[in-house]
Amino acid sequence: MATSSSPSAPPGAWGRTAIALVPLLATLAGLGWGFLILRDLQVPQLVLVLLAIVWGVGGMVLLFTTANFFAEQLPGPWIARVQAWIFVGPAMLMLIWALALPAVRTVIISLYDSIGTKFIGLDNYLGVFTDANMLTVFRNNLLWMIFGTAFTVSLGLLVAVLSDRSRFETLAKGLIFMPMAISFVGAGVIWNFIYAVRPADGAQIGLLNAFWVALGGQPEAWTAFFQPWNNFFLIVIVIWLQTGYSMVLFSAAIKGISTEILEAARVDGANEVQVFFQIMIPMIMGTIITVTTTIVIFTLKIFDVVIVMTGGQYGTSVIATEFYRQYFTYNNDGYGSAIAVVLFIAVIPVMVYNLRQFAQPEAF
Amino acid sequence: MSKKLFNLVSVLVLTALILAACGPAATPAPTEPAQPTGTILERAMAGEFKGAVVTATGPFVDQDAQKFEAMIKEFEDQTGIDVQYQGSKEFEASIKAAVTAGNAPDIVDFPQPGLLSTFVAQGKVTDLGQFFDRATLEQTYNPSWLDMAMLQGPNGKIMAGVWERVNGKSLVWYPKKAWDEAGYKIPATWDEMKALMDQMVADGSTPWCVGIESGAATGWVATDWMEEIMLRTTSLENYDKWVAGTLPFSSPEVKNAAEVMSDIWQDKYVYGGQAGIVKTSFSDAPLPLFDADGPKCWMHKQGNFVTSFFPEGSQAGVDYDFFYFPPLDAAYGKPVLVAGDIWAAFTDEPAAIAVLEWFTHGSHLKSWMQAGGAIAPHKDADLSWYGNDIERGVAKIIQEATSVRFDGSDLMPGQVGAGSFWKEMSSYVAGAEDLDTALKNIDASWPK
Repeated sequence: MATSSSPSAPPGAWGRTAIALVPLLATLAGLGWGFLILRDLQVPQLVLVLLAIVWGVGGMVLLFTTANFFAEQLPGPWIARVQAWIFVGPAMLMLIWALALPAVRTVIISLYDSIGTKFIGLDNYLGVFTDANMLTVFRNNLLWMIFGTAFTVSLGLLVAVLSDRSRFETLAKGLIFMPMAISFVGAGVIWNFIYAVRPADGAQIGLLNAFWVALGGQPEAWTAFFQPWNNFFLIVIVIWLQTGYSMVLFSAAIKGISTEILEAARVDGANEVQVFFQIMIPMIMGTIITVTTTIVIFTLKIFDVVIVMTGGQYGTSVIATEFYRQYFTYNNDGYGSAIAVVLFIAVIPVMVYNLRQFAQPEAF
Repeated sequence: MSKKLFNLVSVLVLTALILAACGPAATPAPTEPAQPTGTILERAMAGEFKGAVVTATGPFVDQDAQKFEAMIKEFEDQTGIDVQYQGSKEFEASIKAAVTAGNAPDIVDFPQPGLLSTFVAQGKVTDLGQFFDRATLEQTYNPSWLDMAMLQGPNGKIMAGVWERVNGKSLVWYPKKAWDEAGYKIPATWDEMKALMDQMVADGSTPWCVGIESGAATGWVATDWMEEIMLRTTSLENYDKWVAGTLPFSSPEVKNAAEVMSDIWQDKYVYGGQAGIVKTSFSDAPLPLFDADGPKCWMHKQGNFVTSFFPEGSQAGVDYDFFYFPPLDAAYGKPVLVAGDIWAAFTDEPAAIAVLEWFTHGSHLKSWMQAGGAIAPHKDADLSWYGNDIERGVAKIIQEATSVRFDGSDLMPGQVGAGSFWKEMSSYVAGAEDLDTALKNIDASWPK
């Protein structure tokens, strides 16, 4: 629609634009040149890293500034059109390069054999869904998804409601929120000590076995025996870590409910249970759904805790650890990629649902 | 954006660029090529590749990496080639990412040939046969080592690497002082060992310490035991067939080996019983040998590397010693199970090849052998170079073996050797499935 002879453009506008292009091109050339120099530079690593940070961060700022300057010199209607792409474009390019392309590539690899030379169609997927070992893996993921999510959400909700009227609210919430600060690997290491087992004639250094032996039991290898129940000893760790997250969101949502509604319900004779189930729950439904879907996605991709605690051995392996083993340890590229694609597809519906919820204004 | 910030950033970027430009332009071009005479190593020693940089990676870090640096410095001083080693604890994953991305380091130390064989099959590894002459190599290596380095590439077998350091695995460690005080004798046969075990139980103690926990690699200790017993209960042909996948795990030979192992891995023979076996890490497993209240167990079977995990200050020959894991059936002689590190090249740059050629001479390991922690596979490595009696003894056991076989799980395809074999043995030991199911599952996982 808009042409270069747009009547709104003042005379000489395009000439000014051309001049404005100079700093942009100069910046691009400078950045490219800097890359070549940094690549071949032989200086101590630390100096190189500092130079690269200055080059990268500073270069980006400079690039956005010059590109924006260029856009502002464009004739009227073009400013808005180009400016949007200047700011969104780089992020989109990065996403395509780092997210979309690898996903497509994984799908392609999953149709080939283990070293990626022979096309074998859907054979890998057939293997994924018929292998007895994979069925254990899927069962474990289901356990994670159902029990991990149910306990994290209900415990978080419970604590949020109860602490709301407690004098020790800040302290209680602080304590429950604290594990959030621990990384999953760190949590795995901590819980490995809790589950540690020592021969019966020595002192138990593991908390659980110390209690167990004090009560008259024999020291047990909690995460290795009792398959498949040993999975729950791992799921507990994530519940411990994530309850704080759901609690904080629920707490914020509950405080957002206007007191008049609650008062009105109580005046009308509703008891506390009715208030909870018929007023509070419906009013924070958006948050409940968001938290639940987030935790479902999270438990579907669970990896760190399992790899640290058991390495996926003793019947605890999950989709993500199995993918990692197949692809990196067994060099079974096609099969490993097929598992990754299955995980990807399993997460998509939950993800879409979650995004729809985000789009609704009352979600947060 | 404010003008000030903009100016500041511009100045910073310009400074960075100028600083960068001031750095040494590039590596000085090598002096005019001398007439190529002699081997690549000889040319390197003459200074032909002075200033070249060779990047290297491998699974060893910390202390071992320091010993490697000390060793390679000799080479660097003599040739002017800079070897830059960067070890990784997650070696298997990181090397795969690097090779797939096309930026593998020049030379790479593989702790086992299984992973290397994948890259060879993809045609990513340099054929060293074009640089090295087999007859020359046979002066420094037992032919079986050279055979084990020949791997299947896309266009036939290539010499994929050179062996640098090896481990002896068939060793049983014991707390020497307490052992002598208790009057125990080193068993020379399986029957003597069984009698000794029963005597230890009768004395109110526990004979063995076993731990198979090892993070993502949990179970490998069990596979080592299986391999040892396979070598002692059946022929070498059967062992090779088993490793190659033609003798199934469910065959009577393999099942028998598992049963012999289970016969020892009983609650009365192993400290901590079943729970101890499955949840004790391989690195903590030998510690009860050195318990302050006297040994909690008396024997621990493990490769020579395990001394790194012994308590600090414990002395070889005083606090601990080792003996050869006894043969079970005289018909199969005295086999020794070994493992080792093989170096491969992902480039044909002469400087990198020169490093590998240097590795083919036993003398290059001398400083590491003296410092301890390395055993040379080379024939021209002298027993007197070893800095301690333990490693000299291990080297002697390897030399005196009637047969030497490589750790079988390292040679099997990854899905089996680093996957189902570990996993199913762990499950079996944890009592989650019976032996027949475990063996059947391993067979099923073998790639078709």
